[in-house]
Amino acid sequence: MKLLLKIWRQDGPKEKGQMVDYNVDGIEGDMSFLEMMDILNSQLIEKGEEPINFDHDCREGICGSCSMFINGEAHGPGRNVTTCQLHMRSFKDGETIFIEPWRAKAFPVIKDLMVDRSAFDRIIQAGGYVSVNTSGNTQDANSIPIPKEDADLAFDAATCIGCGACVATCKNASAMLFTSAKVAQLSLLPQGQVEGKERVINMVNQMDLEGFGNCTNTGACEVECPKGISLDNIARMNREFLSATAKGKK
Amino acid sequence: MASKGLLSSSIARKFAMALSALFLIVFLLQHMSINMLSVLSPDVFNEVSDFMGTNPLVQFVLQPVLIFGVCFHFIVGFILEYKNWTSREVKYAKYKGSANASWMSRNMIISGVVILLFLGLHFYDFWIHEITHKFIEGKDSFIVNGESESGFRFYEELRHKFAGDFPRMILYIVSFIFLALHLNHGFESAWQSMGARSKKYTPIIKKIGVAYSVLVPLGFIFIAAYHYVTQL
Amino acid sequence: MVLDSKTPEGPLKDKWTRHKNEIDLVNPANKRNIDVIVVGTGLAGASASASLAELGYNVKTFCFQDSPRRAHSIAAQGGINAAKNYQGDGDSTYRLFYDTVKGGDYRSRESNVYRLAEVSANIIDQCVAQGVPFARDYGGLLDNRSFGGVLVSRTFYAKGQTGQQLLLGAYSALSRQIAKGKVEMHNRHEMLDLVKVDGKARGIIARNLVTGEIQRHSAHAVVIASGGYGNVFFLSTNAMGSNVTAAWKAHKKGAHMANPCFTQIHPTCIPVSGGFQSKLTLMSESLRNDGRIWVPAKLADAKAIQAGTLQGRDIPEEDRDYYLERRYPAFGNLVPRDVASRAAKERCDEGFGVNKTGEAVYLDFKSAIARYGKEDAFVHGNKTPSAEEIQTLGKAVVASKYGNLFQMYEKITDENPYEMPMKIYPAVHYTMGGLWVDYNLMTDIPGCYAAGEANFSDHGANRLGASALMQGLADGYFVLPYTIGDYLSHEIRTGEIANDSPEFMQAEKEVKDKIDGFINAKGEKPVDHFHMRLGKIMWEKCGMARNAEDLQKAIDEIKALRIEFYANVRVPGLVNGVNQELEKAGRVADLMELGELMCKDALQRTESCGGHFREESVEIDGEQKGEAKRDDENFTFVSAWQWKGESGNQELVKEPLEFKDIAVKQRSYK
Repeated sequence: MKLLLKIWRQDGPKEKGQMVDYNVDGIEGDMSFLEMMDILNSQLIEKGEEPINFDHDCREGICGSCSMFINGEAHGPGRNVTTCQLHMRSFKDGETIFIEPWRAKAFPVIKDLMVDRSAFDRIIQAGGYVSVNTSGNTQDANSIPIPKEDADLAFDAATCIGCGACVATCKNASAMLFTSAKVAQLSLLPQGQVEGKERVINMVNQMDLEGFGNCTNTGACEVECPKGISLDNIARMNREFLSATAKGKK
Repeated sequence: MASKGLLSSSIARKFAMALSALFLIVFLLQHMSINMLSVLSPDVFNEVSDFMGTNPLVQFVLQPVLIFGVCFHFIVGFILEYKNWTSREVKYAKYKGSANASWMSRNMIISGVVILLFLGLHFYDFWIHEITHKFIEGKDSFIVNGESESGFRFYEELRHKFAGDFPRMILYIVSFIFLALHLNHGFESAWQSMGARSKKYTPIIKKIGVAYSVLVPLGFIFIAAYHYVTQL
Repeated sequence: MVLDSKTPEGPLKDKWTRHKNEIDLVNPANKRNIDVIVVGTGLAGASASASLAELGYNVKTFCFQDSPRRAHSIAAQGGINAAKNYQGDGDSTYRLFYDTVKGGDYRSRESNVYRLAEVSANIIDQCVAQGVPFARDYGGLLDNRSFGGVLVSRTFYAKGQTGQQLLLGAYSALSRQIAKGKVEMHNRHEMLDLVKVDGKARGIIARNLVTGEIQRHSAHAVVIASGGYGNVFFLSTNAMGSNVTAAWKAHKKGAHMANPCFTQIHPTCIPVSGGFQSKLTLMSESLRNDGRIWVPAKLADAKAIQAGTLQGRDIPEEDRDYYLERRYPAFGNLVPRDVASRAAKERCDEGFGVNKTGEAVYLDFKSAIARYGKEDAFVHGNKTPSAEEIQTLGKAVVASKYGNLFQMYEKITDENPYEMPMKIYPAVHYTMGGLWVDYNLMTDIPGCYAAGEANFSDHGANRLGASALMQGLADGYFVLPYTIGDYLSHEIRTGEIANDSPEFMQAEKEVKDKIDGFINAKGEKPVDHFHMRLGKIMWEKCGMARNAEDLQKAIDEIKALRIEFYANVRVPGLVNGVNQELEKAGRVADLMELGELMCKDALQRTESCGGHFREESVEIDGEQKGEAKRDDENFTFVSAWQWKGESGNQELVKEPLEFKDIAVKQRSYK
């Protein structure tokens, strides 16, 4: 398979970037998208050029590192896949493929396709935890039964991999799906409910501070999310937030 | 980190948008129902219009609330749109929005602006005239001698606006189509913004939303077209 | 040189409690003046960072990824063992200890394993308190599943994403301490050297992977929790960035490297599909509960499949060789990982492989689908279901159990595993070896600790399923926070450690020189080229089966490859700024030295045990004919290697292993 790649190149956070054309040949359908990028990079290196920088690590769809905006969609045309799980059989011979970094004010580009997602870490630091120390004397794990339905919903929310596809794909670069997944997970579990009000307010405030946009309920995030995190979580966070605000929590 | 007032957080702003939207949705239904009377019975239409135009509760409580609601909805809408626009400083070279979201949901600002422009026309057509008549010319009476059998002028004015005015009718119809697009996403979105979502009720809300967004604008279109066609 | 494991005296079951009572503590006011560096944010690193910060130490944590949440622990699928005995099936601390020692083929340290089993129950309590959403039953209580090689259900799980949920739990605890300012988090930083001052570990040299800046960080103790080194094989289930550098630098500064040749090859991975492949994907071991493993019984059929003229599903039942069921009637498809992997290799080496490369076997759900389909029809009152109904119902049941795995398989291979038997092949998955540590998890460099997969202590020669997560969290939450205090209690008068002493400056200079060396090599070939060649040598000669001749050859080839690497590697780009090729170059350089040591270790150990199979050491006859033969008389020891100035010159030090509370037996799965 022969392809024309239009890839964003940018030397550093302050430099100006641009789309650059690259041709690759001999691509097979069984290759993953990142393996195709590996081939391009090894060609570039042998030619003496600098390879294209991009984040990637586990290459099995769980670490959340890879983050390419391919042909106008986060993680490309596949559904429920990350870029590393996207295979070249999804493309046609001779196709032109646009490859861009996640774009959001809160995700500044570091280099080429690599962006800084530490805003997500700061949102979690604002309250995405249960305040419990390690002691070895924690009460028995089965002392509070949790309805299976709640446990399952909490699990579904907790499968978020923090890749940022929701922000990248949202026309407003909103981080509501990411933030709500953590809020919902903890609000569904008795262990998390104790500090639930403070948590939701602090996390939402941090999210706003980071410069993400507002949610306009387009639902694009849910479609592009590689883990299928549901919009239900956003509604749940809205409820939690409004009720916490109404109760005058700070 | 305190919550600094009602509109400081993104979720609070969206909640306010949703509240004003629901208020406007109720108003639209009411407006369309009254207008529909003009097709059914000019007299009833005139009487109800007169009531709405003279009742102090409507005039001095509901009308200001409405004006505030409309202005609020537009202003906050624009603020949100501006913030959202600046949340992505460098735009994508290729962005395939249609792959994951409906046109309506992605273009609320376009449908909203069309509705705003239409409101300008609509105010020019009816409301400014009405206010001038009432408050500037200071005529406390709504009776226009000899122009209407029942003695009120509302029905006549309405007929007059659409008499042979094809472009006006088209403008109205196009605007109502945009209104439908706006409502199609807005109805359901308002509930989501308020956190009202459940496996049981959300499918029902969605159905009501679609029905509302089709039937109410269709009603308006019918009224405009009726008054044009019957005067050909 | 003698390595002292510092195992406390007394009966096995009281050792840990007694030790905790006897070790020195640091008072809270003093903890505020003590700095600890943690390298790595997987289960061990994140949990250690969080717990140490909760205790009051100043923690500086480093990870090379863009966020601590991305460490490769996140990819663990199956579950975490704990001796909770919630199922009432006779589980106990002793039984978990026993299974782990036996599973490790009696090459682990008894006292460490017992402690691991002892704290395992606390891990589950801790994680639930953090909000980890484990699977639950309809009564709202925690659910368990059973895993390979054991007779009880003690594995806690969260669908196929247990590692993710546990890591996010530890990450949230870490985030809480970052927010409190007790942990100073350094994302996108890579440790490039350990700094020793007066014989003690006093800090690290790290590179900021965004700016390229080389930094000197000082502390009173350094914890290395940087994971395993499976990437020495190039193709493995490890993440692309997983590497040995942090551990290796400690090794070169004097820490012994223990049992480096003990590598776990996981039997159920998706086979290699082409030379471009960068990574292998694991399919959870749980699939072996219902899938049957086979190859064609006739060589002609295998050849036809390899040529693409025959499909596996068209081979009639009588022409299939369910070789695990044939060889191991007692355990069948559920033999431990090392046994299953070797059996697959044996069949493929004989020419019975079932894909174009000849390196794959079938994992077939046909009979499971039929069995479940019949059962389900029966339950729903259909006593005479048609074949079609059975298929539909059976597929639905299989989908409910393994749906996400089947979907993953289909995404990667583009084949529908409900219709065609899955193809699998063993792949490198975990490394039991690592830095030698004593009972306190301290290496033989004072003040330098190793936790999680980076140390060697708990899994012997073979790790049981669902034990890696248990060990990582046990080390980080419940062991290290206690034992490190014993050492740090002697550091309360040390005061802040200067990071501009000659030792720091020297280490910084060496790191910079090494980096400049890569940039200035200006050779022809990218780093990956050398990494792939290293991987091929390791896989072929130090992989599932090893022999003296090949291992010696491998050592020579790796030496030659190293020379070629330094002369001919091309690292484009600049030193100051993001340079992913430079990162890789440093990692591959260390993996090459490690690869050599692995071969050396494998060569020395002429017995077969666990994941280490020497072709020279097999049972000659009797019931166990052809099976691995352990040599307890000569090899009941930990092989710990000491760096002697140059790669390949390491000296072997033996830590003898004693088993007082467990009878040493042959592992039989017949």
